[in-house]
Amino acid sequence: MSDPVLSVQNLTTHFFTRAGVVKAVDGVSFDLARGEIMGLVGESGSGKTVTGFSLLGLVDAPGRIVDGSVKLNGTDLLTLPASDLRARRGREISMIFQDPIATLNPMLTIGQQMLLAVEAHERLSKRAATARAAELLTQVGIPSAEMRLRAYPHEFSGGMRQRVAIAIALLHRPAVIVADEPTTALDVSIQAQILLQMRDLAAETGTAMIWISHDLAVVSSLASKLAVMYAGRIVEQGPTADLLRDPRHPYTAGLIASLPAMTTPGLPLTQIPGTTPSLLSLPVGCPFAPRCDRSSEECQRDPEMTDQGDRGWRCFHPVTRPAEVPA
Amino acid sequence: MSVFLKIDDVSRLFGPKLSTGEKIAAKLGAKVETRSVRAVSDVSLSIRKGETLGLVGESGCGKSTLGRLIAGILPPTSGSVSIDAAAVMENGRKVTTRVQTVFQDPFASLDPRMKVGETVAEGPIAHGLTTKSGAKTYVAEWFERVGLDPVWVDRYPHQFSGGQRQRIAIARALAMKPDVLICDEPVASLDVSIQAQIINLFLELTQGLDLTCVFISHDLSVVQHVSDRVAVMYLGRIVELGPVAEVFGQPAHPYTAALFGSVPKLVLDADELVRFDSIEGEVPSPLSPPSGCYYHPRCPLASDKCRTAQPATTEISDLRAVACHHFETQLSGQ
Amino acid sequence: MSVDRSPLGKFWAEYRENKMAVVALIIVVLMILLALFAAVISPQNPYDLANLSLMDSRRPPGFVGSGGYTHLLGTDPQGRDLLSAIFYGLRISIQIGLAAGLVSLSIGTTLGILAAYLGGRIETLIMRLVDLQLSFPAILLALVIVAMLGQGKAQLIGALVAAQYAYFARTAYGAAKAERGKDYIEAALATPLSARLVVWRHMLPNCTPPLIVVATVQIANSISLEATLSFLGLGLPVTEPSLGMLISNGFPYMMSGRYWISVYPGVALIILIVAINIVGDQVRDQFNPRLRK
Repeated sequence: MSDPVLSVQNLTTHFFTRAGVVKAVDGVSFDLARGEIMGLVGESGSGKTVTGFSLLGLVDAPGRIVDGSVKLNGTDLLTLPASDLRARRGREISMIFQDPIATLNPMLTIGQQMLLAVEAHERLSKRAATARAAELLTQVGIPSAEMRLRAYPHEFSGGMRQRVAIAIALLHRPAVIVADEPTTALDVSIQAQILLQMRDLAAETGTAMIWISHDLAVVSSLASKLAVMYAGRIVEQGPTADLLRDPRHPYTAGLIASLPAMTTPGLPLTQIPGTTPSLLSLPVGCPFAPRCDRSSEECQRDPEMTDQGDRGWRCFHPVTRPAEVPA
Repeated sequence: MSVFLKIDDVSRLFGPKLSTGEKIAAKLGAKVETRSVRAVSDVSLSIRKGETLGLVGESGCGKSTLGRLIAGILPPTSGSVSIDAAAVMENGRKVTTRVQTVFQDPFASLDPRMKVGETVAEGPIAHGLTTKSGAKTYVAEWFERVGLDPVWVDRYPHQFSGGQRQRIAIARALAMKPDVLICDEPVASLDVSIQAQIINLFLELTQGLDLTCVFISHDLSVVQHVSDRVAVMYLGRIVELGPVAEVFGQPAHPYTAALFGSVPKLVLDADELVRFDSIEGEVPSPLSPPSGCYYHPRCPLASDKCRTAQPATTEISDLRAVACHHFETQLSGQ
Repeated sequence: MSVDRSPLGKFWAEYRENKMAVVALIIVVLMILLALFAAVISPQNPYDLANLSLMDSRRPPGFVGSGGYTHLLGTDPQGRDLLSAIFYGLRISIQIGLAAGLVSLSIGTTLGILAAYLGGRIETLIMRLVDLQLSFPAILLALVIVAMLGQGKAQLIGALVAAQYAYFARTAYGAAKAERGKDYIEAALATPLSARLVVWRHMLPNCTPPLIVVATVQIANSISLEATLSFLGLGLPVTEPSLGMLISNGFPYMMSGRYWISVYPGVALIILIVAINIVGDQVRDQFNPRLRK
């Protein structure tokens, strides 16, 4: 691909807790092209949220980014001093969080918050800033934008608040937006509306997106590329269609197969035995081996990423048959 | 069809609990919220023994409240719930142990300061299903039944994972030997790979113990997998009820069709990957529902009749019912 | 699934990390021991009037008295060995502080939980009463009650309880109300289990953390309140000097250089109260960060 807008190499974030070192993100690498939507999929403890936070430099003590680089438009964000990073955060890369209630300040009107966000990075007259805010609210599908600017967050429904959060994220036309489970807390019908909106917005503005989620179906409706995370690493990545139809990593295959939609109703679902390992005491070698029915002696070693064109997987025994679809 | 669990014209209102100060303020003319919420309106269901009924809908539809009404946790404002012709509640108190609940958040539903074995044993001891001395064996048996090591009865909830805690919650409900099990979003807070395990456990237990279940969930694919029949709720009313395959395959209510259509589904066939459509608008506030049919502002089939008259429930077949003025149009448009 | 210590074990492990809190705890334990064994370790029994000799009064630290031993901290105007008087005084302070604290805890917690659980008019009645009481300064209330009831240990404890139960009631009420809405209480009630069982076995144990914090603070408060009352002459009778009375006795001599009569009991009192407060702070902080996890 032509120069990626975001290039992450070997990102490693550890948490130094009283109980030990938690290797939340362990050597994550991926590229994101301009306007591309990438899905970061994983269950709890996979490291997907911490990855998102690391990209924006929002990791708090006892966590710390210990290795790797995050190159946004060529500049490594991790080597920048705090003030420079702050300048770019919100302007070139921004974030949408899961809980719309927590994102917005209940004491300020939407308009006041959006103006603050504008002022943080640009000098605009109040009128120009208000106009920009109103324009964005309309773009995310909030009617009567000017009037709504004077409203408080509690006067909006959950779906509306999330749209406001999206509008704020878009204020400075960032190159990349990191969205952490933005529709998980919303109703199904609102989720569908926002998914369509995001798809259109990405196309219109050319903003690249990283969509973090545990829901394969939701992510696949938007993302052209998927990365599956397990125990802090990316275990498989590639174009969405290829990955879903023809998963290589046993974990990916297991995740797809365990969806209720993949089994005839009433019959037992395909399940992945066991539970995700504790990040405090990861097994030696491949972290998925204890749960994998394809594991062998070889899996005592840590598998490297095998690359094949635009796909990659970390496995000594990749799956080769396509995912089954119920009759 | 013999009815085992009967929900008879049940409604539940939540009035504003005004404090003395607020009552005075209201009298003096201040703007105090005095409207009530009709969380559940005129719901009637006849469920056979051994049947699993799925209850779906979005936030504010009343499915959780209905679950608590059936479980005897909340008394209905009007109507009644009975199991095998015996009332579940009398004078606002639950008078039977035949219906038990599995709650959504496995962490919050277990007392963090009690050993899990004691939590599971508490109900059975209080109701004579086992004695204090026999409790340990009794609980151990149920632990094994739900796939947990009996050795863990002396542990505290925080020492378990989410999936394990939910197994404990299931053990607690089943240790009361109920005939009816209400599951309120039992897998919503679990990881996908654990969801499959718990769903399989649920199927195995309900079939093995011949339990009658009400399975409440916002996840349509899960409901489709575990239920025999499904009821779709909107703003406190049941808009459609029927066997899962029929309702999911040929919905009779426009909301059902729109709801099912808006969930992204992995299709994985030759030319399509994921399929979904979106509905217009949002669910109205339950404090001020629309006139006539609650769904009319968002419905593509809405007519004048829909704006003025609440649709009655029509029984399409022995097992199927719908509340819509234009269900025939909806069905024929498939 | 993690295999770890009991909740108490974990609590202690975390507590140990704050060195100052450990020192404070040691001090508190030490003072309790001193108070318990006061009769054994004191060179003199300050209550026994026959023992006292006016010849020994107002002597400085290091003075060898008529009893034949060294008064390490000097003597007071009645000829009492100050060290012994401080030990006995500590005993009184701790006894009264604990007694008042525990009784307030029981009464306040019961009222608070009842109010939260029953709701309605009872809740309003109880909590408005509590609010009213909280708006009065504790000292004022205690003074009035002691004035009404007269002097004596029981009366003193009664006054302190009346002044302090409201703090416990309010804390218990807040905690109970928060727990009342939680799923595990709903689950227990749904079995169904009787209200009494639910309150006793579920609500109470889960409301204890904030109550423990309030208890440590209030015990310290009781001790200082009692000292204040004794200082004003409204506490225990003259023959049973508590730390407050000792301080009061020595007050007139502060300007004439005989500082030890007031200062040493004062220092002992301050150390006790501060140590209890530090322990209380640590306990409170430990109960809080749990939420951060």
